[in-house]
Amino acid sequence: MIAQRQRAAHSSRLSMRTRSTITGYLFIMPIVLGFLIWVAGPMLIAIGLSFTSWDMLRKPEFVGFQNYAQMFKDELFWKSLQATFYFTLVSVPLSLIISFAVAMLMNVQVRGIAFFRMLYYIPSIVPSVANAVLWVWVFNSEFGLLNAGLSWLGLPKVLWLQDPRWAMPALILMSLWAVGGSMVIYLAGLQGIPQHLYEAAEIDGAGYWSRFFNVTIPMMSPVIFFNLVMGLIGALQTFTQGYLMTKGGPQNSTLFYGLHIYQSAFRDFKMGYAAALSWVLFTIVLLLSLFVFRSLGSKVYYEEPR
Amino acid sequence: MSTITQNDVARKSSMQRLWTGTSRRPGLLRRAITWIVLCAGAVLMTLPFVWMVSTSFKVESQVWVFPPEWIPNPFRWQNYTEALTLLPFGLYAWNTFIITVLTTMGVVFTSSLCAYGFARIQFPGRDLVFMIVLSSIMIPYAVLMIPQYIMFRYLGWIDTFLPLWFPVWFGGGAFNVFLLRQFFRTIPAELSDAARIDGSSEFGIYWRVILPLAGPALATVAIFTVLNTWNDFLAPLIYISSQDKFTLALGLAQFRGLFSTQWQYLMAASTVVVIPTMLVFLFAQRFFIEGVVLTGMKG
Repeated sequence: MIAQRQRAAHSSRLSMRTRSTITGYLFIMPIVLGFLIWVAGPMLIAIGLSFTSWDMLRKPEFVGFQNYAQMFKDELFWKSLQATFYFTLVSVPLSLIISFAVAMLMNVQVRGIAFFRMLYYIPSIVPSVANAVLWVWVFNSEFGLLNAGLSWLGLPKVLWLQDPRWAMPALILMSLWAVGGSMVIYLAGLQGIPQHLYEAAEIDGAGYWSRFFNVTIPMMSPVIFFNLVMGLIGALQTFTQGYLMTKGGPQNSTLFYGLHIYQSAFRDFKMGYAAALSWVLFTIVLLLSLFVFRSLGSKVYYEEPR
Repeated sequence: MSTITQNDVARKSSMQRLWTGTSRRPGLLRRAITWIVLCAGAVLMTLPFVWMVSTSFKVESQVWVFPPEWIPNPFRWQNYTEALTLLPFGLYAWNTFIITVLTTMGVVFTSSLCAYGFARIQFPGRDLVFMIVLSSIMIPYAVLMIPQYIMFRYLGWIDTFLPLWFPVWFGGGAFNVFLLRQFFRTIPAELSDAARIDGSSEFGIYWRVILPLAGPALATVAIFTVLNTWNDFLAPLIYISSQDKFTLALGLAQFRGLFSTQWQYLMAASTVVVIPTMLVFLFAQRFFIEGVVLTGMKG
């Protein structure tokens, strides 16, 4: 007993505060190191790299802003931006609306809802490679599932992945198959909305749409906002579909920005140029996020903490 | 309150009631239409799968038939054995398994440690550091991809599994730390305090009190890590060039490149790659849905 107290007296040479500070930092050391080594470090390296020209064989050569200048003259740069924005600005809102709508449908007390939920969710966990392989087959212009469906309806076949006008819409359509992922999130959110809010609104005479816009949407706004931002950031980085399904074609209509970066680095061996491209992407993501935060952030309704 | 509701209901026409029903149960018509729409959507969701499996059992000549036949005749089981031996898929599966196990162990262990530090210990600068670390979620992988590749090349780790599982042992990704931190914060402080009074070290509390309680959250993190690693394509694509080290994702992509017109084999191989994820989902459904909700709701 006395020995314990003596030990306690000794160990309090370091105050509780200092001890917990040291312990705290020890515990978080892995991710702090991880952040420095795998995130902050690479970002700094990328900046430096973007000012060089390096093919990985010879020594890197300092070229100043040449990479950035070259970028703005590069037709593929603009093409890839256009393709990526086309994909992002169509698929993200569309996916949001559809998954939200489906979630609202599922929120009705229908029998077998768990079964439906499972069916809608499963496509979102298919490995991206298998997804790509499957959908190339679905989009096959002669024997594919989609054209089979079209001709069954009496409509003409579409040269999905061979036609520059239809390739991107095809990829957008493919991305909608995975709406189940966000649908599950919205469904959980919807089920968390207190029923008494709807009842109060109904008593006040609010119709269906009024209840939707004045109760459902505000209560769901944090979830929608979060998923919107993450969805945008994710869509801007699309790679696998472009790489496996179209290789950027036809006529670069599906040249995703991420694919362009990959090709510049690992096919053309222009590491400096690729680094510059990646920093432009980062800036775009930053600006877009700020824009979304500024414009929609204030409209998000957060519950007051009780 | 209930009186007002009943009067409201009485005033509506029977047709209206068919649609809106009462506040307890939506009308029959609305439920029926909902059910029909959901079924139609469900068909759209499952059709590609059915298509994939159907093609995988077809004889080659049957594949090139339009309009397509749904039930293969003859039914060819051998497609699977043939497809899986055209390329060493068993080896690829084993490689993927090893990488997945190493990655998941690293993620679960280190992210829970870090989350504990952020959630259960008070120290100056804690929340600021957490914000900074959290911001890394929004950084596109493309920005980190090339410098990381160069770093690994300098280390001589290209064409090994190391770049795929080593980095996650450093905290396991900010997202997982975030998730677990939120969870740990909900555990009552009294439990930690009691252990502290009993003389337990901080690590002891982590190991004996918090970790056992965190089962569901850890399972969620583990499952999503397994899934993401299993499905990962870009990272293995960049780092692995020797065929004997390919993962399933790379193997399937290579398969596509070599046998691009033999759809029956392609579909068989794809089905095999998809099945493990399905199994994981079916067995861990509860964690999946809860985990997805947890990740998406923490706006």
